[in-house]
Amino acid sequence: MTSLTESRPARRAGGRGGGAWHVRVRGGSAGRPDGARRSRSGRGPGHGLPVTPWLFLVVPLGLLVLFTYVPVANMVWYGFTSWDGLDPVKEPVGLDNYARIFTDPRMFEVFFVSLYYLAGAAVQLVLALYFATILSFTTWFRNVFKGVIFFPYLINGVAIGLVFLFFLRPGGTLDAMLGLLGVAEPPQWLGDPSLVNVSLAATSVWRYLGLNFVLFLGAIQSIPGELYEAADLDGATSWQKFRYVIAPAIRPIIGLTTILAISGSLSVFEIPWIMTGGANGSTTFVIQTVQQAFQFNKFGLASAMAVVLLLVVLLVTWIQRRLFPDERVDLT
Amino acid sequence: MTDHTTGRATGATAGPASDPTAGPAARPHLARGGLARRWRALRPLTTPLGIALKYTSLLIAVACALIPLATVFMAAFKSREEFATSDPLAPPADWFNLENFVVAFTRGGMLQGFANTTIILAVSLVGTILVGTMTAYAVDRFDFRGRRLVMSAFLLATLVPAVTTQVATFQVVNGLGLFNTRWAAIVLFMGTDIVSIYIFLQFMRSIPRSLDEAAMLDGANRLTIYARIVVPLLRPAIATVVIIKGIAIYNEYYIPFLYMPSRDLGVVSTSLFRFMGPFGAQWEIISAGAVLVIIPTLIAFLLLQRQIYSGLTSGATK
Repeated sequence: MTSLTESRPARRAGGRGGGAWHVRVRGGSAGRPDGARRSRSGRGPGHGLPVTPWLFLVVPLGLLVLFTYVPVANMVWYGFTSWDGLDPVKEPVGLDNYARIFTDPRMFEVFFVSLYYLAGAAVQLVLALYFATILSFTTWFRNVFKGVIFFPYLINGVAIGLVFLFFLRPGGTLDAMLGLLGVAEPPQWLGDPSLVNVSLAATSVWRYLGLNFVLFLGAIQSIPGELYEAADLDGATSWQKFRYVIAPAIRPIIGLTTILAISGSLSVFEIPWIMTGGANGSTTFVIQTVQQAFQFNKFGLASAMAVVLLLVVLLVTWIQRRLFPDERVDLT
Repeated sequence: MTDHTTGRATGATAGPASDPTAGPAARPHLARGGLARRWRALRPLTTPLGIALKYTSLLIAVACALIPLATVFMAAFKSREEFATSDPLAPPADWFNLENFVVAFTRGGMLQGFANTTIILAVSLVGTILVGTMTAYAVDRFDFRGRRLVMSAFLLATLVPAVTTQVATFQVVNGLGLFNTRWAAIVLFMGTDIVSIYIFLQFMRSIPRSLDEAAMLDGANRLTIYARIVVPLLRPAIATVVIIKGIAIYNEYYIPFLYMPSRDLGVVSTSLFRFMGPFGAQWEIISAGAVLVIIPTLIAFLLLQRQIYSGLTSGATK
C-alpha cells in the first residue's frame, strides 16, 4: 500500500472497513481494487491491470485518430501539394495554394459573404436575448411561446431550405403577404444578387434563433430570486436590474454564443447550398471548398482552404478562452 | 399605484440612477413575495403599454415562426390545378387530399429515405453510446500512464469543426472502402462525436465510486462492472445523448450527401433534397415531402420537450 499516492484507494479502504478489504484481497486477482493490485505487481503484464483501460479505449481512440487526427494531418499535407484527389503522386507546390486563396479575388470574395451571416448572427443574438428576457417573467401561454420560438431549430435543414424557397419564390408566400399590404412589385428575394445573401442570412436567423433563445432563457431562470429582492432594496431601476443582475449572470453564455455565431458564420453551408447552390454570389467559404474538392478535383487547394478555415476557427476559440476562461466552446 | 409605476418606467428608460423615487417606492412591495419580485424586475413590462408591446412582439415572433411552415403545410394538400390557381395564403379545398404524400412516399423515394435513416440512426446511436460510455469509464475510473494524454486528445478534437476536415476525411473513408455504403455515415457519426463523450464523462463523475468498488470487492471484473453497473447508472445520460444525437442524425445532410451519393442510399435529408430535380416546379409535392420530414420532429418535440431543452443546454455548455 505504500505506493498509493492518490486519495482514491485510501477512501475506498476507509469506506469498506479494513476487515472486508483484507479478506477480499486474498480472494483472487479479479477481486482486487486496482490500487492494491498495482502496488504489488507494478505494470506486470501478467496481472492485466495496465492493459484494462486500453481495452475500453482502443475503439474510441482508434475512431478519434482515424476520423479527426489523420484527416487534420493529411489536410495540412495536401494543402502544400497540387493533388487532384486521384493521382498517386502528390506534387509539392509550397505555399502556392495559400497565395492563391488570398490573392485571387474569386477565392477571397467569399469571405465577404460571411459578413452577411455575421450581421444576421448579431440580430439573432439581440432577438434571442430580448425574447429570453421577456419570457423569463410571468407571461400567459409562456410555454407555447417558448415552444414556437424554439421549434424551428429542430427542423431538418433541407426541409427548412425548401420551406423558405417556397416562402421567398416569386409569387410565393412573402410576395402574397406583401401584396395584401399593397406592394405590387416585390423584389426577387433570391434572384437579385444584392438581396440573395440578406434573404439567406435571414433564413439562418429563423433557423438558429431558437437555440440561442433557449440557452439564454435557461441562464436567466437560474438566477436566484434573492438577487432581484436585494436589487429592489437598493432601489435599482429595471434597467439597472438588467445591467447588474441579469447581464452578469448570463455573461458566460453570451460569450459562448457570440463565439459560436462567429465560427458558425464562417462555416455556413447548408442553407445557401440547398436554396441557391451558391448561385448569384451566395457562395460561402465552405461551399467553395466543397466545389473545389469534389467538382473541380482540386484537393490541394481545397485542403489549403480548409486549413485556413480551421486556423480562423482556432484563433476565434483562443480569443474566447482568453476573454471567458470559465466557459468552453463546443464547435462540433 | 399607476403614478409611481409610470414614474419608475420613465426612470428606467431615462437611464440608470435617474429616478429618485425608485428606492422608497419599491419597499412596500416586498411583502408580496416571489411573484411580485419577478414582476418588478422588469417594471416597464408591467405597465399597460409595456404589456401591449410585449405581447405584440411575441405574436409577431409566432407569426414569423409559423407562417412559412403553415403555408407549406397547406400547399401539401392542394391538387396541382388548385395550387396553380390559388393564393399561397389560402387553405386547401380538401384537407383530406393525400395524393401528394403518396407521390412523395413512392416516386419521391421518401419511404427508402426513412428506412435508411432508421438503420443508420439505430446503429450509430448504439455505437455512440458504447464509445462514449467506454471512454468515460476508462478515463474516469482508471489511473494509468497516458490518461492525461488521452483526455487532451479528446479535448483538442472538440476544437476541430467537422465541416473543415471533410476534404481529408473523405480520403480516409474512401481508403477504408466505405464510400457509398451506410457504414460511412455510421462510423463518422459514432467516431467524431466528442460532445456525447463529454456528457457521459460529466455524468460519470456524479456516480459514486463506492458502487463499482463494492462490486469489485464482491469479485466482479472490470467488464462486468462496466456492463452491469456503469451503463445502467448512466441511463439518464444515455437518454440525453439519444435525444440530442438522434435529432442531429435525423437532420444531418452534409455527411450523407458527401459519402452516400447512390440513390438507393438516400436518407431523409438527401431524398428530400433530390425532390428539387424531378419535381422542380411541382411545389405541392415538394411541400408534401417537407411536411413528411417535419412531422416526426414535431411529434418528438411535443413528447420530449423538457428533455430536449435540458439536453441542449448540457450539450452546448460542457
